[in-house]
Amino acid sequence: MSVILVNKNNFKEEVLDSSLPVLVDFYADWCGPCRMLAPVLAELADEHPEIKVAKINVDEEGELALKFEVMNIPSLFVIKDGKVTNRALGVKTKAQLLALFE
Amino acid sequence: MQDKIFDCVIIGGGPAGYTSALYATRAGLSTLIIEKFSPGGQMTQTMEIDNYPGFDDGVDGFTLGEKMKRGAERFGAETIRAEVLAVDLDTQPRKIVTDSGDFFAHSLIIATGAEHKHLGADGEEEFLGRGVGYCAACDGMLYRGKTVAVVGGGNSATADAALLSKICKKVYLIHRRDTLRGERINTEYLKNAPNVEFILNSEVVLIEGERKISSVKIKNNKTGDISDLLIDGLFISIGRRPVSELFASTLALDPSGYIIADESTKTNIDGVFAAGDVRTKPFRQIVTATADGATAAHFAEEYISKISSNG
Repeated sequence: MSVILVNKNNFKEEVLDSSLPVLVDFYADWCGPCRMLAPVLAELADEHPEIKVAKINVDEEGELALKFEVMNIPSLFVIKDGKVTNRALGVKTKAQLLALFE
Repeated sequence: MQDKIFDCVIIGGGPAGYTSALYATRAGLSTLIIEKFSPGGQMTQTMEIDNYPGFDDGVDGFTLGEKMKRGAERFGAETIRAEVLAVDLDTQPRKIVTDSGDFFAHSLIIATGAEHKHLGADGEEEFLGRGVGYCAACDGMLYRGKTVAVVGGGNSATADAALLSKICKKVYLIHRRDTLRGERINTEYLKNAPNVEFILNSEVVLIEGERKISSVKIKNNKTGDISDLLIDGLFISIGRRPVSELFASTLALDPSGYIIADESTKTNIDGVFAAGDVRTKPFRQIVTATADGATAAHFAEEYISKISSNG
């Protein structure tokens, strides 16, 4: 699968109602570490079809960012059955991201 | 890639890593860079790099990293995205174990750099991502018009405070000593900025808030007075520590964990070099990291010639 771009219109369907666990990445285009993380997320999405990887642009989706209290980026959340089960901040390796699902 | 024995494997894709790759490939060495994220290292956390020579308009860190990578690839350097898990330096060729397989090399250049130090204050881990961060350039825009505090007194802290002062309503700079150490151009700017306030001889003892940070408790280490500072964000810029755990049992490290190597970048093991922020040195900048990269490649080439003529 590829990384899905999520906004307030598809958030419920793609994230909250997802049958698969979701890794949500809050990012911005001007954030260097977010750009560093991007290829790692793409690889994760490709290699692990049992996980959904979604990204949310904080500049465009202020409401969602506020809802998750995102004050620093990249901010990562693991959401299973509509609930946040784990979170992380900053650039992570593929192995570290997978560990968030344990 | 995994069956090949490279002349030179470089661990780390920051300025030191890609400069050594550039010089090594141009010297005719088969070269592999192992980087766990994207190129650039710590440079990616800076949006405006004004002190790397040659960019007369400044450059953003991520772009500079990409340019350095492309510059090395132009001459044949190969990159793999993987994380190094262990190294075996006793054998020849050297073995590098990663999460994407094992690689072999005659010479090794360690350019793993450094990462942000944590303050160790109460509430720091709790509010990580919810108002506590380490990269003002990354998060600064999220605090437009708000009040923030920066902890630290060196180059990172003063540069971060300067950047934030242009975006935020108010910036406090909290430093445990009585003078700031950063580059004069930044400290002078901060002294004159109307929305910047220095809180010297002080340390953050507690970070508080509910769902996100709302204040910090600060202790003046001269008077013992404790006060509360209401803030929307806290940036911790107290310096870095070297990424050298992989080499703790094989290479000589100094008490802070830096790999012992002088400007020749040679470590205590022949054919193994340490370039950039990870080695012992007086001044850590992008430009000194690139210098190390070139030097390491030079001595790697010399080493390869030596073992080729012997073997």
